[in-house]
Amino acid sequence: MMKKVFGRPRSMKGNIFHYCAGCGHSIAHRLIAEVIDELDIRGITIGVPPAGCAVLAYNYFDVDMIEAQHGRGPAMATGIKRVLPDRVVFSYQGDGDLAAIGIAESFHAANRGENITVIFMNNGVYGMTGGQMAPTSILGQKTTTSPTGRQNILDGYPIKVCEVFSLLPGTAYIERCTVNSPASILKTRKAIRKAFQYQIDGRGFSLIEILSPCPTNWKMTPIDSCRWIDEVMSKQFPLGVIKDVPAEVSDERKKGDKHHDG
Amino acid sequence: MNKVLMQGNKIIGEAAIRAGCLFYAGYPITPQNELPEYMAENLRKVEGGVFIQSESEIAAIHMVAGASAAGARSMTSSSSPGISLKQEGISSLAACELPAVIVNMMRGGPGLGNICPAQGDYFQATRGGGHGDYRVIVLGPDSAQELADLTMDAFDLADEYRTPVMILADGMMGQMMEPVIFKEPKPRVYPESFAMTGAGTGKSKIIRGLILDPLEMEEHNWKLHRKYQVIAQRETRHELYKTDDAELILVAYGTGARIAKGAIKRLREAGLRVGLFRPISLWPFPTNELRDLAKRTENFLVFEMSTGQMVEDVRLALQGRARIGFHGRPGGVVPTPVELANVVMRQYDRKEGIIDPVT
Repeated sequence: MMKKVFGRPRSMKGNIFHYCAGCGHSIAHRLIAEVIDELDIRGITIGVPPAGCAVLAYNYFDVDMIEAQHGRGPAMATGIKRVLPDRVVFSYQGDGDLAAIGIAESFHAANRGENITVIFMNNGVYGMTGGQMAPTSILGQKTTTSPTGRQNILDGYPIKVCEVFSLLPGTAYIERCTVNSPASILKTRKAIRKAFQYQIDGRGFSLIEILSPCPTNWKMTPIDSCRWIDEVMSKQFPLGVIKDVPAEVSDERKKGDKHHDG
Repeated sequence: MNKVLMQGNKIIGEAAIRAGCLFYAGYPITPQNELPEYMAENLRKVEGGVFIQSESEIAAIHMVAGASAAGARSMTSSSSPGISLKQEGISSLAACELPAVIVNMMRGGPGLGNICPAQGDYFQATRGGGHGDYRVIVLGPDSAQELADLTMDAFDLADEYRTPVMILADGMMGQMMEPVIFKEPKPRVYPESFAMTGAGTGKSKIIRGLILDPLEMEEHNWKLHRKYQVIAQRETRHELYKTDDAELILVAYGTGARIAKGAIKRLREAGLRVGLFRPISLWPFPTNELRDLAKRTENFLVFEMSTGQMVEDVRLALQGRARIGFHGRPGGVVPTPVELANVVMRQYDRKEGIIDPVT
């Protein structure tokens, strides 16, 4: 008797990923699909892919998906979720999408405590357009639009999205993960599962940031890219749970806050 | 249904709710604030009704897109500068063939302009407005009653053609109070299969406007174009006012048409046989209906609260078969019927026709 030990998640289509070798998107896609299967929510899940490398995410996920314009995912997810509160709605966004052109939509969806999940892929560059500087590029990072390295006096500082969003009372669960090793991938899977579970339980806005390798635009090998995340990127963006609001606090908030103390 | 006295912005809100609108998102901007305020108070009382004051005009239109995709009748409203911001989303709604109703209570522009009634957004509204090859159905009401009727019709048209529909009025229409009777809304015809509600146990669905293959994208453009051609054939609306015996036809819409009617009363008292052609659908423009009038008279005078935008559609419709005069008051100036009557007297001579035609 043969036992199947590895297969494609039900929530993934059979299409071959177009992503570059060593890219983190395909791993993140699979983790999300596995979680959707595990929670048995494929039939009630609606995904909102971004503009950017993951714009074609709907070719890989076998759940209902509607494209958002660049940065507008959380606004669109808000519209969907408010009309269909019993569905599971997630937005999948890159660093340019979330932290630059869509910072307002993301920040305010979080501030309203929209009961949605945002998967935030942070690779510190605009991947699809050819490696320009992102709002999360670290100081000194060379990109096509910061050819001598990002300088704070000219380009500003990398934005720590998780830390900023954690200040908003509407956010329930925020964790920063990475996908550069088997151990970190398993940890990310757990975080994604928790974020979706929080949404199912109606606990408010959840955000999972994933530090993701981009060997093509970092001009490194996939192995060096994974190492760079450990040695450089995660020093700027510390991994771990940034915020986890207890259920009793979320439940209390659902009744309506008159004031809050942060 | 009883006749009630209501303000224009609130009439749109009430008509939308009666038409089954379940989702409204908007951002404050004068002169349309009474509409989101009305929705905040009343849409939230409706079962399943959602009102969101969004963080921006851009967020509002994309929330509307999400709600529309999820199957709800959805609406947003704004005024000129805000409508410019929404264009990204309107283009996307058109590309993804999602129904939505967008209200533009026009004000003086360009730029921040002012908050007075104007008609300077005609080009933007009737030529699509955002990027890409698309059109939006545009309806131009001229009374409280039409604000109510056309708002309800806008939802039906949006569903029928799966396309955004714009109500194009101005600050005066939004602020004025007039009696109105709300008609019985038609039952909604919108197959559930169009909505994105989760795949259930079936095949998953994709809604997208991104089509990387140029030949496929071209076909999508032609598909949209064919739809717009059907709309252009079927959905023109216009009003003829005292045109039967007219030797001069004024062409005006919305607030401009109200002023024109006042001017016509005075001109007729002075013995001039003047009528009005009022486009109600601004896109599709009632081209053939206007051209028919050129068989009876060769004198037309276009009046707009702009430097001249609709006049281009009039010229396209009449194709050199008539003499066309123009009078415009842009920037938020609302002229009196007396002023317009005097302009007509200056520009029109019974023997010479339009004295200084634009064509």
